[in-house]
Order: sequence, then structure tokens, then C-alpha cells
Amino acid sequence: MKFGVVVFPGTWSDTDCFHAIDTVLHEPVEYIWHRQTDVQGFDCIVLPGGFSYGDYLRTGAIAKFAPVMTAVAEHARRGGLVIGICNGFQILCEAGLLPGALLRNQSLQFRCMWTNLRTENAGTPFTSSLSRGQVMRVPISHGDGNYYADDATLKDLEDSGRVVFRYCEADGAITPDANPNGSLHNIAGIMNERGNVLGMMPHPERCCEPLLGGDDGRLILESIVSGAGVAAGLK
Amino acid sequence: MPIDQSVLDEIALSRTEYDQIVARLGRAPNPVELGMFGALWSEHCGYKNSKPLLRLFPTTGEHVLVEAGKENAGVIDIGDGLAIAMKIESHNHPSAIEPYEGAATGVGGIVRDVFAMGARPIALLNSLRFGPLTDARNRYLFQGVVAGISGYGNCLGIPNVGGEVVFAPEYNGNPLVNAMCVGLVDPERMMSAKASGAGNLLMIVGADTGRDGIHGASGLASRSFEAEERELRSAVQVGNPFMEKLLLEACLELVQTDWLVGLQDLGAAGLTSAAVECAAKGGVGIEIDVLKVPRRARGMTAYDVMLSESQERMLAIVRQGHEAQVAAMFAKWDLTSAVIGRVISEPVARIREGDAVVAEVPVDLFTDPPLYRRSGVLSEEVRALQAFDLAGLPDRPPEGMSWNDALLRLLGSPNITSKRSVYRQYDHQVLTNTVEGPGGDAAVLRIKGTDKGIALTTDGNGRLCYLNPHDGGAIVVAEAARNVVCAGARPVALTDCLNFGNPERPEVYYQLEACITGMSAACRALGVPVISGNVSLFNETAGKSIYPTPIVGMLGLLSQIERHCTIGFKHPGDEVILLGADLSLPACTATDSLGGGEYLATLHGLVVGNPTIDLDLEVKVQRLCIELIESGLVRSAHDCSDGGLAVTLAECCAAGSIGFAAAALGSPGRVDSLLFGEAQSRIVVSVAPERAPEVERAAAGAGVPVTRLGAAGGDRFRFGPVDLPVAGLAESWEGGLEAALAAGAAGP
Repeated sequence: MKFGVVVFPGTWSDTDCFHAIDTVLHEPVEYIWHRQTDVQGFDCIVLPGGFSYGDYLRTGAIAKFAPVMTAVAEHARRGGLVIGICNGFQILCEAGLLPGALLRNQSLQFRCMWTNLRTENAGTPFTSSLSRGQVMRVPISHGDGNYYADDATLKDLEDSGRVVFRYCEADGAITPDANPNGSLHNIAGIMNERGNVLGMMPHPERCCEPLLGGDDGRLILESIVSGAGVAAGLK
Repeated sequence: MPIDQSVLDEIALSRTEYDQIVARLGRAPNPVELGMFGALWSEHCGYKNSKPLLRLFPTTGEHVLVEAGKENAGVIDIGDGLAIAMKIESHNHPSAIEPYEGAATGVGGIVRDVFAMGARPIALLNSLRFGPLTDARNRYLFQGVVAGISGYGNCLGIPNVGGEVVFAPEYNGNPLVNAMCVGLVDPERMMSAKASGAGNLLMIVGADTGRDGIHGASGLASRSFEAEERELRSAVQVGNPFMEKLLLEACLELVQTDWLVGLQDLGAAGLTSAAVECAAKGGVGIEIDVLKVPRRARGMTAYDVMLSESQERMLAIVRQGHEAQVAAMFAKWDLTSAVIGRVISEPVARIREGDAVVAEVPVDLFTDPPLYRRSGVLSEEVRALQAFDLAGLPDRPPEGMSWNDALLRLLGSPNITSKRSVYRQYDHQVLTNTVEGPGGDAAVLRIKGTDKGIALTTDGNGRLCYLNPHDGGAIVVAEAARNVVCAGARPVALTDCLNFGNPERPEVYYQLEACITGMSAACRALGVPVISGNVSLFNETAGKSIYPTPIVGMLGLLSQIERHCTIGFKHPGDEVILLGADLSLPACTATDSLGGGEYLATLHGLVVGNPTIDLDLEVKVQRLCIELIESGLVRSAHDCSDGGLAVTLAECCAAGSIGFAAAALGSPGRVDSLLFGEAQSRIVVSVAPERAPEVERAAAGAGVPVTRLGAAGGDRFRFGPVDLPVAGLAESWEGGLEAALAAGAAGP
């Protein structure tokens, strides 16, 4: 499983993702510069967190025009895996690779904290090492993570099992208190119809080593590496 | 023709200083030159009041690679081919006028100081002071400053791992915003802010130069601040963290090449200070053509260009012939750069506007301001406060309160309560090195590729420094060191930011001198050098000075990161031991420990007493604690400071979600002193019961008095007359800041 980590100007989770894949998981990984127009040869593209192009206009609104995004869309069309984390999720929504949008946090403040995530769909290429209902501890770090979609889109996401992660209490209960940003249905991560593009606000790459307070994030990366979910999840 | 006083006032130079310039230059300076003198001879750039005192600090040491004052940041070797660059700096006056941008650009400035050294910034910290939250403007300043630090730092992707927030009326109208940055650098690839080699090129890169922030150094940072100056919001620069992120990445890529001779950030006094300081360090001259400087406004004069403090700009000294490669590297990061001048062998700063020379002054004249050594005096007011009869206070809780209430009130008070509602707005995890984030005694970061870690903290205590400037200064250093020790790290270096009032007042000069003397004594006792720092004077509003507030940023080193220690109690049944005091001795619960403490200030409205420290004991306690942690004997360690032993123990319980029951202490002293006295050099540790005797033996061997306080366990907190559920303690401690903001907004 060869990973490519995209670097936009203003990206800052690139080195964290690279470290988790390379040093922790010992999988092949390379950086992909935002001006690159070809991403062939990569199995999984990671769009990391950060403030691409400063995100002064709207998160991800400029990044979607980066040359690399045409190649990423093509990679997704071919069935390649794409995982957008934090700013990467925002970019995927802006680029139309995922539905909906990420609004300002309900608190109108940035939030960096540990959250609990309930796995809603374990039959995806990103969650095959998890089981349905399994709760993970994964940190968030964002000012715009408040997922929004219109009612029809939301119903479609729910009905087709494309809500992959939800913010929950430690025991898995879905409550307003467990929701750090006001997202609809406590949504923390969703995928596209085909099941090969995942967007999530929490940062699995920040919790791959016990020294850092937890290693649940490994489960997501290991799911991708196992490749097991690819066959099961892709339509 | 004699120069008009209003011209001198604008740049904050005295007439005597002007006369010196004329005498040494042999002529009257022209307006551009005078503006440059005003900036470079300001306190902010020239340290004219503080430099003679700063020489008291110990600045050298076996591992010190770059000493204080020599470069943009100090650097200390941590082994394994790695070094830490760090510095703390103030942005008080801009933040008083425009809190968001003032604080944001404060972060920007300190980050540039660190990457100018070729170091990758890996951590930010801060230290903040505001007036009470009952005042609407203080709430505005507090929330704006936190939002500014959050907005700028988060965008850069540098974790903000620690800090402190303190409220006192003395900071009304004059908040303190001190920002610290810590970077990791390969000593072989370290950069210098030094120009050398005639013919090498000066290249400016980053933001275009505008009219913003002209006279920031002389006008805002180096003189007293009056309420009407709030109208000077337009003099505060606006930050662009995205541009800073690009600069950071481009510069760190460039330092891997051999194309640069030097690298310098444009901070206070902009291009003037950057170019002149580079030339001074290299013993060379520089020539700049202001017409070559990319601008964002039309009609800018040479004066404007040389004194602009537009943010996110760097000056690169480029080896002749490599300018195209350097420009290409900047272009890769979408940055505009321009060659604006060159290094010359004649040691003068020559500023051109096309063919015309608009300023020409010997470099050493710019960098050699007059230094003032004044004489200070301890104010009568403080003398009286020191003599206050603490023993005459009745030993009972404040009117209408039980001891339980008093503890809950203290835990929820803005100075002691958890600052989680602040630090959750800062990304404290990015770069995946954060082992312990904000909220403990010190943050702990791993150093990737090694077994090592570093511990970081910022500390200050203006009230103690006000009541006893000498010992207060020593306490600030000792407490910062004690905090990293509690995390399991050996203190190795510090950076300091000296926030004081107007040094022309004898009582303020006394505070400055005594604090520095006390800090130096503690540095020597603990063996910790000062490797960088910053001075912020003239912090006063309407003639009233802030508390003397030296802030210390301490770096500790852990040889084994897995051995780091945290504050929370871990296991039921663990023995809780106080290092540093034998509470069965009357002296250990004497009333003098209440002096200057949170208990008297918050619950009795009294700022009185004469806080002191015994540095010999301090050194012994810290050495003992670090040895206990390194040998794996103790399971938690927490510095006993604000609010005294009751607050410290309650925090250990809240952090560990576990109770505590005190043993019969046989303490002969007063209840108020036992619970809330803030005697120095004390650390609370917890240890497996069967190993408690080992701790006592080690303490006896080290000559450190100890007290067995009791045991962790259960869900209640029982200490002296206090008996409370831990859940209640935790609730008061967690929610205090939000409650104070809400109460303030609701009004009286």
C-alpha cells in the first residue's frame, strides 16, 4: 500500500501523517506537492490538516483549484483510496468529492481536544480493522468542523451507511455534550457513495503511539494498509 | 537651528540624547537618520536602561551554543546532534490597543526569531496578565488576546503547549502578552543574523512593506501608555499567519543550502534594525536602496520604508552569485523577494533612494546608545506592606465561609482555576511530539529519533515580586525550575521577559535591579543559564505601574522520555509525601507563608507580607525530586505554589480523579497557614506505600525535610478541617474561568 501525502501551502499535518505511515507503520509514503498533476503509482492519497492557502476565504475554497486536485479526483474516479483529515475533509467537500460542508464550530472558537468516535460502518476500506459500534479516542483540532448537509443529503448518507464516524461519549452514547462542534447527527466522518473517499475531522495520525496518549488512530491506518476493506467496501 | 521638542517626543528621544547624536555624528542628523536613531536607541532595541543590569545574569554554560543577546534566540546543546533554540518576547503595548492583532503578531515575531536561527519551531508557550474580569474592557482584552494567539499559532501548525493566565488590578489597561517559541536545530546548520563578505547581497522576502507600525519600537514599546492611545489602533500591525508559514518553510529549506550568509527577521524597527544589527554583528557596513523594496502603498518615503514594521518579512544575506537560486526557492513557496542592497566593507549604514543618499551613519553609532545606570529605592508603600502583622490576623475563614467554602472559592478563582477553556483554543498536539500538553506543571515533548524529551513551562508572580523584588525574582526562577523538575526533567536553560514600569522612577528601577539580582542568584544556585530574553519597560497607565513581572520560560531535559511524571494521584493507597517541609515544626506553618499568597489576595483582599526563599533548600528539594522520579520511586509530583498545600493536593485529586485522606499531622501551626500558606521549595509526591520508606531515606540523605501527609484513595478530599467530595472540587476547579466571564458580563 503506497501512500501519498499532499502538501498545499499552509498544510501542517503533512509531517505528522508521514511520520505515522513511515515510522510507525513502516509503509511506503511520499509527499505530493500541490502543483503536481499526476498521482499515479499511489494507492492511497492523504489530504492532511492545516490551513491550505491560509483558508482566509473559506476552508478548502482555494485548495480545490490546486493542480493536484484534478489528479486526486481522477485517482478517486479510478477507485483509488483518498482520506481527507481535518482540512483535507474540508477540501474534499469543496471539491465535490464528498457532499455537504464544514461550518464554523458552534462555539465560534477553535477546539483542540480528545473526542470519542463511534464506528458506524466497519465495512469500509478505512475501518476494516474496527468493529461496528467500536469507540476510539481521537483528538480534534479545528475551527470549522461543524458538518452540515441538507436534509435529503443527510438522509441519503444515513440510509446508505456512509456516516462512518460519530462523536460519542466514552460508552458510545450519541449525545449533544459529546459533540465538540455542533455537527449534524454528531457526524465526525463520512464517505462517498463508492466507499473509496473518506473525510473526517479528527486526527488519527496524532494518536498512533501510546506515548502520545493513545494509539487508536492506528486502527484506521492499519485498515487502509490491510487492503481488506477495499474488496468489501468498494461498489 | 534647535530641533523642535515635538519631533523628539515622537521618536521618544531626550534632548540630551539628541545632543549626543549631533556631537558624535559631527552634524545634525537628517529626518531619516533621526528616525533610525529613535528606533535603535529606544529601550526596545537598545536596552539603554536594562543592559547594565542584564550583565548580572549568568549566561554561559557547558552546553550553551549561543548566549543571550548574541542572536535572535539563545541556543543550547541537548546532545544527539541536536540543539534547542528558544526565546520569549513581549507584545504588551500593541495588545493593549488591539488585542487580537497585538497578540497574533507577538506570536509571529517570536516564531521568526526562532526560525531565523535555522531552527524548526516545535512549541509555543505564553504568559498573560490582565486586569480583573469584572471589567468589560479586561474581558475584551483577555478574549481578544487568546483568540489572536489561537488564530495565528494554529494556522502555523506549531503546538501551543503551555502558559499561564493571571488577573490582578495592577494590569488594568496594561495587559501583558509574552510569547515564547522553542525550536529544534542541527548545530551544524545553525544560522546567524550576521552580514559578512563585501559584495554579498541583502534580499528582503515575504510581505510587501507598508506604512503599518511605524515607530512601534520607539512609540509603543518604549514609553508609558495612556488611555487616549487606544486610538492608535492603526499603529498596530495586522498579522498574516499564512505568509509566516510560507516564510518558515522556505527559510528552513534554504538553511539546508550553502547560499545564505545570514538570516534575520524584521521585527521592531523593521528594516532599520534588521540591517544595522546584521552589519554590526559582522563588523561590516550595508547599503540599501529603498526604491528596491517591494511596497504595498504608493508614495512611501525612505523614512516610511526604513521604519515600517510590516509583519512577515525576513532579510536574507545571500552569497553573491546565488541570488537567482534563492529567489527561485522563495518563488517555490509563492513568496516575493527582492535584492535591496549589499554588504560593504566600510562600516556604515548607507541608505539610498535611487541615486540620492538619504542616510549615512556609522553602524557602531547606531548600536551604541547611551546606557543608564540609575539608583533605585524600595518604596515606602512596600516597606509598610512587608511589615504588616500577619500573626495578628485571626485564624479563621473569611466571614460567612467555612474552610470547605474557602477552598472551593480559591479553586474556582480566576488565577487558580483550570485554564482548559483557554488552551483548548490552541492546537497543542500538532507535530505529534506532545506527551503532556497544557494543564500540568510543565509540558513534555518527545524528541523524535531519540529517547529524550524536553519539559517546558512559563512562570511569573508579580505579586511576590512587588512585595519582595529580590526574593520574588529568585522565586520565579526557582518555581519554573521546580515545575520542569516535577515533570521529571533537569532544568538546563531559561529565557526571560522582564515586564516593568517606567525605570526613570526610582522605585521601579529598584524593582528591576532587585528582581534581576534575585533571579541571577537563583540561576547560579540551580546552575541554569539565561540564554535569551527581552525587556519591556514603561508598562504603566495613568502614572500607575504594573506589578514588577519578570516571566521565566524554562527548558528541562529528560534523558528517558518514558520516565516523565505527571501531577495526578494514580493509585488508591499510595502514600502522599510532602518534600521540603516538616509540618510538625511550628516554623513550617508560620503565618509569614501567607504573605503575598492567593488566599489573602483573593479571599481577604490583602496584598501584604514579605515572601522569601531559601535557595539552599530549594536546590536540595529539586535534586531529590528529580532523583526520585528518575529512579522510578514516585508516581506523581506536583509543585506546591499558588493557593498552598490544600490547593495543590486538591489539584492532584482532580487530575487523578481520586480522593485523599490526610494522616494526623500533629501540626502545631495555624489552619490558614497549613491549608493555604505558600512557603517555597515544597513538592507533593505520591509513592507506592511499600516504597515510602525509601523516599524518606533518600530525603534524609539529601538533607530535605519531609512530611507524610496521608494517602490517596476514595472519592473524598479530607485535609485538616476540609472534607469535600472530589467531584465537587473538580467542578469548582474546572469551571472557574467561564463562571468569572459570565458573572462579569452579567454585571454586579
